[in-house]
Amino acid sequence: MSVKLLYFAWVRERIGRPAEEVEPPPAVATIADLIGWLSGRGDQYAHAFENPEVIRAAIDRTHVKADAAITGAREIAFFPPMTGG
Amino acid sequence: MSSIVRLQPEPFDAAAEVAALRRGRTDIGAVVSFTGICRGHENGEPITALTLEHYPEMAEAEIARQVEAAQTRWSLSGVRIIHRHGRIEPGAEIVLVITASSHRHDAFAAAEFLMDYLKTRAPFWKEVERASGKSWIAAKESDEALAARWTKPDSAAAE
Repeated sequence: MSVKLLYFAWVRERIGRPAEEVEPPPAVATIADLIGWLSGRGDQYAHAFENPEVIRAAIDRTHVKADAAITGAREIAFFPPMTGG
Repeated sequence: MSSIVRLQPEPFDAAAEVAALRRGRTDIGAVVSFTGICRGHENGEPITALTLEHYPEMAEAEIARQVEAAQTRWSLSGVRIIHRHGRIEPGAEIVLVITASSHRHDAFAAAEFLMDYLKTRAPFWKEVERASGKSWIAAKESDEALAARWTKPDSAAAE
């Protein structure tokens, strides 16, 4: 399953790119799994996801929790807690 | 209810937005307008500017969901939200929330609710620019607490 990943703010800076297309293995079922899998892809990912509890995620532009299933997702975004307004 | 949400780099004119919302309407009895402004200091240190990064498609969808939630909770005749992105210097506006209703209570409550949710759920991130360099602003727990009170049935803020 191919999925588009988007990164924002310091997550984007640490990973070094704003977006990419990835194909996680079938065992990667949830957001938490995806964070774990991405963390193993290199130092920049490990750095971005070193405190997974502070990372926020969205599937297809809707906020989700770490245990959310990623099945069927087209676009998954990772970002720090929001500071707008 | 008429609702307009705009995400833009350009400044806005709050008075002109209120006038546009009210134009030709006699059902509106109360308008609350909140403007968030870029401060010249952050944690006691002077700043040069803020840069707001955002996730455009999700910001639009998320703010629309928040406006819908406000509508189901209070009786509103109109909502207008403008959120700027890009580089913003001290003294310039960042965000505008206007709520209109027949009566003041609904307009006040809905404006506060929308601001609390914009702070914690709209995908925007502020980076602060100082003479010493740039850094991302950390989310405040107090903002989370303010947003959480709208979901507690026993809180004073809840309807």
